[in-house]
Amino acid sequence: MVKEEQELANRPDNTAFTQQRLPAWQPMLSAGIVIPGFVIIGLAFIGIGVALFVTSHSIQVLELDYTGVENTEPCYRCSDPSSKNCVCTLEFSIDSLFEGPVFFYYGLTNYFQNYRKYGASRDDNQLSGDLDYFKSPGNDCAPYQYNSNNKPIVPCGAIANSMFNDTFKLYQIIRGSKKLVPFDGKGIAWWTDYNIKYRNPSVTPLKNAFNDTVKPLFWSKPAYELDPTDPANNGFINQDFLVWMRRAALPDFRKLYRRITEGDYAKGLPAGNYSLEIAYNYPVMSFDGRKKVVLSNVSWMGGKNEFLGIAYLVIGSLCVVMSIVMLIVYAKFKFPEED
Amino acid sequence: MNLFEQFHRLANIYFVGLAILNFVPVVNAFEPEIALIPICVIMCLTALKDAWEDFRRYQSDRKLNNTPCFIYSRKAKKFIERRWKDVRVGDFVKVICNEIVPADLLLLHTSDPNGVCHIETSNLDGETNLKQRRVMSGVCISDPDFEPESFNSLVVCEKPNNNLNHFKCYAEKPDKEKVGAGIESLLLRGCTVRNTDHAVGFVVYAGHETKSMLNNNGPRYKRSKLERKLNKDVIFCVILLFFMCLNGALGHFLWLQALPTVPPYLVPDSNGHLDSPGLSSFYMFFTMIILLQVLIPISLYVSIELVKIGQIFFITNDIDLYDEATDSRIQCKALNITEDLGQIEYIFSDKTGTLTENKMVFRRCSIMGTEYPHKENAVRLAVLEESEAEENVLFNKRPQPVKPRWSLDTEDTNFEDRQHQHGSHRKSKVAGNAQSNVAFSSPLETEVIPDRKLLQRISRAESSSRSSRSGSSSSQNIDPYLDFFLSLAICNTVVVSMATAQRQRVNGFSHSLQSNNPMDPLSNMPKKSGYFSNIFTSWQRKPNRNRTISEDSVVEGDIFNLPEIMEEPGDINGLRRCSLYAPTNSDKPATTSDNLSYEAESPDEAALVYAAKAYGFTLLARTPDSVTVRLPSGEDLVFEVLDTLTFDSFRKRMSILVRDPITKKYVLYTKGADYAIMELLGTPYAENLRGIQKKIAADTQHHLDCYAKDGLRTLCFTKKVVSDKEYKSWFVNRQRALAAIENREQLVMDTAVQLETNLCLLGATGIEDRLQESVPDTIMALREAGIQVWVLTGDKLETAVNIGYACRLLEDEDLVINMSCKNKLTCTSIVDCALQEVRRYNEDPRNVDTTPDISLVIDGLTLNMALSSDLQDRFVELAKHCRSVLCCRVTPLQKSSVVKVVREKLKVMTLAVGDGANDVNMIQAADIGIGISGQEGMQAVMASDFAISRFKHLKKLLLVHGHWCYTRLANMIIYFFYKNVAYVNLLFWYQFFCGFSGTTMIDYWLMIFFNLFFTSAPPIMFGIMDRDISAEILLGVPELYRTGQGEGEYKFSTFWVNMLDAFYQSLACFFIPYLAYQGSDIDIFSFGTPLNTISLFTILLHLSIEIKAWTAVHLIIIGGSVVLYFVVTLAYSAVCVTCNPPSNPYWILPRQMADPMFYLLCLITTVVALLPRYTFHVLRNSIAPSPLVQAKHLDQLDPSTRSEYIKEWRSFRGGGQVKSSRLSTPPSPTLETPVGMYPQSPTVSDIMGDEFTLNVISENYQRHLHL
Repeated sequence: MVKEEQELANRPDNTAFTQQRLPAWQPMLSAGIVIPGFVIIGLAFIGIGVALFVTSHSIQVLELDYTGVENTEPCYRCSDPSSKNCVCTLEFSIDSLFEGPVFFYYGLTNYFQNYRKYGASRDDNQLSGDLDYFKSPGNDCAPYQYNSNNKPIVPCGAIANSMFNDTFKLYQIIRGSKKLVPFDGKGIAWWTDYNIKYRNPSVTPLKNAFNDTVKPLFWSKPAYELDPTDPANNGFINQDFLVWMRRAALPDFRKLYRRITEGDYAKGLPAGNYSLEIAYNYPVMSFDGRKKVVLSNVSWMGGKNEFLGIAYLVIGSLCVVMSIVMLIVYAKFKFPEED
Repeated sequence: MNLFEQFHRLANIYFVGLAILNFVPVVNAFEPEIALIPICVIMCLTALKDAWEDFRRYQSDRKLNNTPCFIYSRKAKKFIERRWKDVRVGDFVKVICNEIVPADLLLLHTSDPNGVCHIETSNLDGETNLKQRRVMSGVCISDPDFEPESFNSLVVCEKPNNNLNHFKCYAEKPDKEKVGAGIESLLLRGCTVRNTDHAVGFVVYAGHETKSMLNNNGPRYKRSKLERKLNKDVIFCVILLFFMCLNGALGHFLWLQALPTVPPYLVPDSNGHLDSPGLSSFYMFFTMIILLQVLIPISLYVSIELVKIGQIFFITNDIDLYDEATDSRIQCKALNITEDLGQIEYIFSDKTGTLTENKMVFRRCSIMGTEYPHKENAVRLAVLEESEAEENVLFNKRPQPVKPRWSLDTEDTNFEDRQHQHGSHRKSKVAGNAQSNVAFSSPLETEVIPDRKLLQRISRAESSSRSSRSGSSSSQNIDPYLDFFLSLAICNTVVVSMATAQRQRVNGFSHSLQSNNPMDPLSNMPKKSGYFSNIFTSWQRKPNRNRTISEDSVVEGDIFNLPEIMEEPGDINGLRRCSLYAPTNSDKPATTSDNLSYEAESPDEAALVYAAKAYGFTLLARTPDSVTVRLPSGEDLVFEVLDTLTFDSFRKRMSILVRDPITKKYVLYTKGADYAIMELLGTPYAENLRGIQKKIAADTQHHLDCYAKDGLRTLCFTKKVVSDKEYKSWFVNRQRALAAIENREQLVMDTAVQLETNLCLLGATGIEDRLQESVPDTIMALREAGIQVWVLTGDKLETAVNIGYACRLLEDEDLVINMSCKNKLTCTSIVDCALQEVRRYNEDPRNVDTTPDISLVIDGLTLNMALSSDLQDRFVELAKHCRSVLCCRVTPLQKSSVVKVVREKLKVMTLAVGDGANDVNMIQAADIGIGISGQEGMQAVMASDFAISRFKHLKKLLLVHGHWCYTRLANMIIYFFYKNVAYVNLLFWYQFFCGFSGTTMIDYWLMIFFNLFFTSAPPIMFGIMDRDISAEILLGVPELYRTGQGEGEYKFSTFWVNMLDAFYQSLACFFIPYLAYQGSDIDIFSFGTPLNTISLFTILLHLSIEIKAWTAVHLIIIGGSVVLYFVVTLAYSAVCVTCNPPSNPYWILPRQMADPMFYLLCLITTVVALLPRYTFHVLRNSIAPSPLVQAKHLDQLDPSTRSEYIKEWRSFRGGGQVKSSRLSTPPSPTLETPVGMYPQSPTVSDIMGDEFTLNVISENYQRHLHL
């Protein structure tokens, strides 16, 4: 026998794998088997849908368009590109307590921050504080790389250049007098952006790092002076700058401006009249855009979004309906075990 | 070289084009370097695969190149040992016995005094018989010590070519005399020198110019049907891509047009200049191509190759396709047509060696019009077969049927003896296995028990001829009986070798096609010869016993001792006495003949020589110039061989011209196919017996017909006495023909025809070629699988029809249309007539549900006419309606033209299977060529795409592996298209929201990884391992094979349905997240990450809907893909801070994964995307289950109920096993029909005289009960 075994050197291995006999589970997709699955999925989805819907419903949102397209609007005056340092005021009222913490967003529509070349127009090395790139910004930044005097622009690129520069102040009008609603500008950007991705050069004072550079063309003040009140909020780690640099995915977007978490308004905005003072700088007429401010509170699922809840409800119900259809099919076409 | 091959592929050119496009700054979508990654990975993968193959080749080459050999050194004046790689043209090389010839050598000297060198060419063509090569004559003095220095001629030879059977050269001696030489003086590289101590040759071709190397042209590239279809769909993808890009460009244009002025997000070029909308949308078109390039599934081609490698791995590893007898697996030579195995509609099969064993067994003979049926021999064969069959079960058990027959044995043939005998049986089988490379040596073939009557007749003839010879009158007439056996022994090319001097096989020749025995042959030699003697002893006893039971013990006696017997002519008692002492005679010289073993080029010849031996006419030796035959009287006759007219397929006969040592006459013995011989019969044996000769011819013809009906191969033997004058004049012609340079073959053949006239019929033989095991079963299964089986054979009609019935190609109840006509006109009318008949048969309402049981039998001549251009269409139409077609007497060329016509006219997938050189054309013409590595050499295997060792392997190869490979690959390809479209469309939809600017919301690295790593392994695994139905069911229910035929599963509609599904799924995957994130502060990559994750889940879950059988491997790979995705993406987003500007993947996924919305989105989107497909599957499986689904249900039952269901199913489908009773017989067709069952014996006139026959042989239809 030993001899024979030797002879059969070419005999294939007789294993389950090589003989394709591995134990296998063969799921059969037929009506009888999937009904329970459909029912369970359907019910679960309806449950989730209800939860989402209720949550979404409890979120309060207030949107105020201040573009000033119509001449009746308070900011119509400012929408003229020629006007400089224009300030306009928007009045609105809240009927019931706007529960806190309230998030204050600015919104733009028809603004394609996701435009490919726009997105590429930045220099991450510069933004991470590398001084070499202060002197010679990356070519991606062109034409916002050097100014007409061939001085490097810091921060370079189209994104930085086009930074949103309207500023807002919210007042509650209490018996005719304006009471400033305090804004919290800390931590509105991603923690990783603020602490890791974007770095200022380790030069003190910060201003010295920007020697021999110029500010972006559209900017009114250099990067190291973005926030005069807080020295830690300047340069590339300015929260507003960070928020802007994180490009929006879709052309209609909003970006977090401030949070209202302090003082009398920590619990929310009480009912009453409010006045919003807008330093109107950012031109949007060139692309038929709209500007707005959005006041919203958030839940575990983020901002208000009815869609997801409805979707869950619809699909859940559909699954239930399907399971009924399956049941009918199953009753009509039983398969061979039975016959 | 490797890279060059890569670029040869159009796909790669496309890929490179894309990469170049990426380097054009105005259109690039990504960083150009990154864009090169996919092509690099894919090319690396292919290159790696090729490099590995190259490496293996290199290793074997190196081994071969360093093989030692002896080259003559002019300095040392002797042969010194060098390496193969040192061999140069013009060297003298000495080859020792059993060495492999290192280059093509012109043979100059051998150790043999006759200047003969024996070689074995199994490395080249698999033929294990010995071939003779002769020293180039007249160039060297053939003294015992050859001195290469003395060779001073100029050798001129033709340019290197790959024809193994042809060679021309001449040597010009110093005195300007030219001496020609042909293939008979050439030792081909790769051959092994046998039976010759040493040989010296002059290298004419070396290295790559050798004939064997020129023949060695790597694996052929065939494109499978699926791939051709796939390419069409790829073109659709290109069109789709074009429209999507156009859409992008147009959208970009309109978007730019709609902008009132320049917005801040529109970035001008470095000069501050903005392109016009038209120009930038033109650029955008190309950007879109780069962006959406994945739509063209380049990686699909690589994946397909990988999948096929995996599939071939499984095919070659199938233990059911392994043949233990030859220790060989199935060989896959074409690597890229595995899936074609699942789509075969027509099989063209050779008969001899394919359906049959090609182990020839002498069964019967007819001499001078008398038939000798050899009944004892038939009994022996039956016993042998049974015992062989039983051996497999239980070795110790004695074969039952044999026992009673032996009961008459004398006491001393006791139990042990039988045991021993049986043991030797078994050993002989083992030995046969071990030595399967030694041709035709199993006892089945070598042993023939003589017919008693014939034996008597011979002894009478012998004595009479002796007496007449001893008497002064040198009788002109040797007894035809003796002549018959002489011709059996002489008229062949069998080479004699001694069994004790077994050939040593040399292993390790890299081109070796046959699986060599790993044992060291030398060490086993004594054992082997031991086995042989065992065989012989056992068989010496056995006939003894068989004869003891016979009623009259006249011829009792050991056949091997016949010479002894014959020494006392006519004395019957003496005969008996001798036989009693037979065992003691074993040391007498006569028994040495036992040790002879014959090396024949064709098994027929060996069988005949063995048969002659059984009657005492032992072929002792053969040299080019003489044949030595030992007569029953013990006398050795040495015939001088004057010429051998070798066999060719045109003449269909061979002759040998010898000089009778006694009468000194020139005698021509001719053997050949009956129809090739019968028309050459001329001058009768003796003038006064004209009438008798005619009668003999008629009787013999009748016997031949009977033999053919029994499925025996027939050969006729004739003799012709050539007068001196005739010979001399012919000899001159012959020499002229042989010396001719131009048109030599034709001239030589013409001279052969000249001589082969006026032959005188001696007799005929019937040789059985047994069917291989499970051939009928395989043919039945293939037919149930919807495959039409055609058998193309060179045999005569009756033999073919008989084999047809034996292997169930034809059934008793079939309507057999027999077409055979001699002129075009009748042929046309027959075809028309039959076509009409067949149509009517099919339209008959009673035949609607049954498979048409119509078979067609056609002969070569008719086939030629039927295949002519005007009849072709009608013939093919007719053949289409026939379930099986039997073509007999076809030439190799006809075989291939039949295949071509059917393949082109019917546009079907064809498979040709054959084992011999005559099948090569057919094998190459078919979509798939399958070679059977049998006894007829390796040409068929070399030309084939797959090489199997038994015909029955075809069943599993097609029904199981073919089905699997096809469904796997088809599903994988469809899935691949789907996957790419579904993923790429996500990007496309996003373009609507980014101003058609070519932005991706997914980091490019992750996109590349998505295709290359996260979602590539599962479909490949799916393509290799998915198993829709188990092998048992596929074999049990051959109908399932039909799903793959024709369009199969990979239909045009399937493609588009999947494309639509892909569109739908991409819509769902994009717009559900879009609607959920609409108006929020989501950033680009935070938006893209859930999309990427969702599509990963969707794509993988889609696959898991398609997967039919989950094994641990499936789970691991799919689970592993998901894990890999998360690990890689998390790692990437945790590490890459500014590594891939301008994209910004840092910390995106971790942040998303902390958000419950992410999970909620993933959940609902995946469900929405897959719900339609899932529901569709469920409903289809429930409402209208395909046969495959039904079969799958069977798979889940336990084996016993399953086999019951299979039976029921088959009867339900009318498959064939359970044939119901005959319900009705439809009205007979208009043609006058003999109602009798076939086989009705066709008379001689049927074959010879009739203009044509179209007889509907049988028409007992069977109807199947439809339950």
